[in-house]
Amino acid sequence: MLFSRHKTYLKLLSIQFMQHTISVLVINKFGVLSRIAGLFSGRGFNIESLNVAETTDPNISRMTIVTRGDEEKIEQITKQLNKLIDIIKVIDLTEENFVDREMILVKMNAEPRVREEILRIVEIFRAKVVDVSSATYTIEITGDQGKIQGFLELLRPLGIKELVRSGRIAMSRGMKSIN
Amino acid sequence: MASRKTTSNKIIDIDKGKGKQSAGLPMKGRDIIVKSLENEGVEVIFGYPGGASMEIHQALTLSKKIRHILPRHEQGAAFAAAGYARTTGRVGVCMATSGPGATNLLTGIMDSKMDSIPLLAITGQVPAPVLGTDAFQECDVVGGTFPMVKHSYLVNNINDIPSIIQEAVHIATTGRPGPVLVDIPKNLQQQETIPNFKVSLNLPGYKPNYKPSPQQVKKAMHAIREAKRPIIYAGGGIISGEASDELRKFIEITGLPITNTVMGLGSFPMEDPLSLHMLGMHGAVYANIAINHADLIIALGVRFDDRVTGKLAEFCPNARYIHVDIDPSEINKNVAIDVPIQGDVKLALKMMCDQAEHKEGIGDWIEQLQGWKEEFPLAYELNEKSIVPQHVITEAQRLANDDVIVSVGVGQHQMWTAQFWRFHTPRTFMSSSGLGTMGFGLPAAMGAQVAHPDRQVINIDGDGCFLMNIQELQTLKIENIPVKSIVLNNAHLGMVAQWEDRFYDSLRGHTYIGDANFAEIAAAFGVAGETITKPEEVEPALKRMLAHKGPYVLDVKYPYNDQSHGHVIPMIPGGGAYLDSILDADSNLRQYWDKKGVEY
Repeated sequence: MLFSRHKTYLKLLSIQFMQHTISVLVINKFGVLSRIAGLFSGRGFNIESLNVAETTDPNISRMTIVTRGDEEKIEQITKQLNKLIDIIKVIDLTEENFVDREMILVKMNAEPRVREEILRIVEIFRAKVVDVSSATYTIEITGDQGKIQGFLELLRPLGIKELVRSGRIAMSRGMKSIN
Repeated sequence: MASRKTTSNKIIDIDKGKGKQSAGLPMKGRDIIVKSLENEGVEVIFGYPGGASMEIHQALTLSKKIRHILPRHEQGAAFAAAGYARTTGRVGVCMATSGPGATNLLTGIMDSKMDSIPLLAITGQVPAPVLGTDAFQECDVVGGTFPMVKHSYLVNNINDIPSIIQEAVHIATTGRPGPVLVDIPKNLQQQETIPNFKVSLNLPGYKPNYKPSPQQVKKAMHAIREAKRPIIYAGGGIISGEASDELRKFIEITGLPITNTVMGLGSFPMEDPLSLHMLGMHGAVYANIAINHADLIIALGVRFDDRVTGKLAEFCPNARYIHVDIDPSEINKNVAIDVPIQGDVKLALKMMCDQAEHKEGIGDWIEQLQGWKEEFPLAYELNEKSIVPQHVITEAQRLANDDVIVSVGVGQHQMWTAQFWRFHTPRTFMSSSGLGTMGFGLPAAMGAQVAHPDRQVINIDGDGCFLMNIQELQTLKIENIPVKSIVLNNAHLGMVAQWEDRFYDSLRGHTYIGDANFAEIAAAFGVAGETITKPEEVEPALKRMLAHKGPYVLDVKYPYNDQSHGHVIPMIPGGGAYLDSILDADSNLRQYWDKKGVEY
């Protein structure tokens, strides 16, 4: 334990890294996304999902970044993000209670053999069929990570043709606000 | 809109009162750029014109406040601006055209990023209507420099120019200083508008915190009181934070020993008995032993660079750490810190001085340090037949003025200068320390000399480095900038050759450059110089160089040899620990101590 204070040693010790959901308020300028993406790739941080859109103020956008790493790595990520001039605020939601949602659209092979089964799963998960053709269903579902994962696991053996995910969005629970 | 009108009316009034050109009249973008730079107090710009930036040069050439210096390569412009910034603390400004002009600035921009130097790089860009069409000399320099700048702008509205220039200078010079790039399409330089120079900073995402937490400072002082073997490890932050006086006062009160990084040289006088000189790969053996035996490391404006720590896992295993830094991301980056203090190191040291008292009970520790100092001195041997480069450096210091400014390239000569020149004043030593850029010395000296026309500026260079920006000799001549260059010329890339000798059985992998007579090259540019080869020529030649009024090149030829005296010693091999310090041709510190039976 003599050297336990050193990062390299700590990295060897930690095998499983926790997922972090980070909310970022940025000035809505061109290049901001590149700066953030470049910061992640340049320092070897991986982005698992990223969502960005305007807030109530059209000059300010909000990003939700999902990433993974040990405590030290996440500390570096948030500090480096904070250093970017166009970033106004960085909050690691993982440290508190938060609500997270993701929306997906999934196009299913809807052969007669599985049509009923798909609709049953859609109903159970309170998903929605938003487009139908003779051989496909396009389904929309919104939920947290667990729900989406469960839904996809049930659909996978039935034949997913195409999948698109919005990436996670998140907000802290209760009175607390990022603004 | 109403409020805007009132402000611009005000400007007209003020300017009329002073009898200046009315700001109410339309101005071209190029003139707005120059006026904005003048408003920021810029005195000198190092710029190389081209199609996309010549408009700005047309404006600059008429400016009465800004001196323009034409370097002979854009890289020279970036390093000259950095040399100006390093020796003054003010923003250094360089300029280039689009495409190749801009890409030639990149090395200098990155260099300033690594060493936290306030640099403003202005680039011309192809006209906005053709942006993105792969136009002639088009390059997405803003996109290309994202990882190299503190911040950057692509101007897309002529009315933004005054605020962007103001923000750019503010960002470059405040907080942790760094390079800022402003890319301006040519059509905006040509366009006209009625400018509004009364702009205020609007940077909601940039509010560097200067004030250290009093509680953390208290904790730090407590840790210092508890410590038995404390040591201060001070770096470039002391110099860029103008905290040298506070550091000296803190050491005067407490009596704590100090070691410096390369970037920190000059922040504390090396002649002081409490100075342990420089630490790290080519630092003093005693400095590296000291920090590795310390139980408390007071890190001030440093970043625990790998050239300082060597093998991180074995660096100072028993120490606790106090770390003061303006940049929160430096704290806990490489080493977990016990007492982090985010803030301005000058303010932190002031607060620490207020609570400091003479540190009792470290007499044995100081005595031990003195013992190591005597046992492992930084030294070199003279030679009757050939010139010893370290000797040239000590002689140059002996003969030069006390307030001389020294710049270096990168390699053996750089480390010898850091080892043997006794720096005692901040902003007198310029070295490309983080990026390690060969070719830095000559243009950086040029920028420093422009900022300090009445002081001696000496560029101590290697032959490889000197060749990388040798074109600036013409700038020195034409602009009459009296930089003195000492070229330590051994016809080799000495530092790489040294690694070959140590770790690759002396197999030469393209490290022989060949012989060149730099005095003759200088003469072709109209620059005075001489070449020397004998030890007895060193002193008179240095005297002639220093007495010369204009720029001068002293070409010092000496043989590269693969004996240890041709190497920079001591040396901790890359990724090694302090015990691996190479002391001489045959032994390292571990072996030396094993032989002596010293426990470590």
